[in-house]
Amino acid sequence: MIETVLFYILAAALIGFGLMVITRTNPIASAMAMVGAFAGLAGLYAMLNARFLSIIQILVYAGGIMVLVIFVIMLLNLEPEDLQRMRAKGFVVLLALIGVGAAIVSPMLFCVIPNKDWANGSVSPEFGSMASVGAKMFADHLFPFEILSLVLLTAVVGALVLAKRKL
Amino acid sequence: MNSIPLVHFLYLAAMLFGVGVFGVLARKNAISVLMGIELMLNAVNINFLAFARYWNWNSLTGPVFVVFVITIAAAEAAVALAIIISIYRHLRTANVDDAHYLRG
Repeated sequence: MIETVLFYILAAALIGFGLMVITRTNPIASAMAMVGAFAGLAGLYAMLNARFLSIIQILVYAGGIMVLVIFVIMLLNLEPEDLQRMRAKGFVVLLALIGVGAAIVSPMLFCVIPNKDWANGSVSPEFGSMASVGAKMFADHLFPFEILSLVLLTAVVGALVLAKRKL
Repeated sequence: MNSIPLVHFLYLAAMLFGVGVFGVLARKNAISVLMGIELMLNAVNINFLAFARYWNWNSLTGPVFVVFVITIAAAEAAVALAIIISIYRHLRTANVDDAHYLRG
């Protein structure tokens, strides 16, 4: 019961913060709403037994990516865009498209997902812990992990080349 | 935990993804567009974790893949912000409508 209430509170906070991200005209206000959305996401991850990932979400997203974004917002000294100049026509078309898409996809979700007996699916206490995720990553997914380090290196070099005034 | 149906997580993720798409297509500020993309990536992560928890609950592939997605998102944010700084340096604006030199 309490989990259901918590889920809906977190979901409402997440969608509310998400809407704030895309409706605030001030970029700093958007970034702050984004931090709130990441906190809600971390709570949802913890509800899904993914403890390690909920901490990683706060550390990497709220602590790393959003700090970078806020740095760039302050560096660029952007003035708030006025909402009147947003693409109102595109808005209406897009809302209609999303509505139609959701109406088509949602019954398919109910058909495709087999009615598995969730209640018996008890998860081991080790499910989302750092040790179990790490063991899985380094045992079965070692090669993608190594490729990922190459991706990060490329991104670092690429960002430097793009942002530096003179090489 | 089992009181919440899987479909509710899927609906939540779909709504968040919709919000992200909306932000990407409606905002003019390049940094807000980037934040919309981050919202979409996080919606995908909710789906990964929900299916890992509900459907295939002895496999940890879902959480591992979410770690990969977060890493890619960080790399993407760094490169995108570098591009935005570069555009701002040339055009003195971060409006995505003004950066149309590649449109041909």
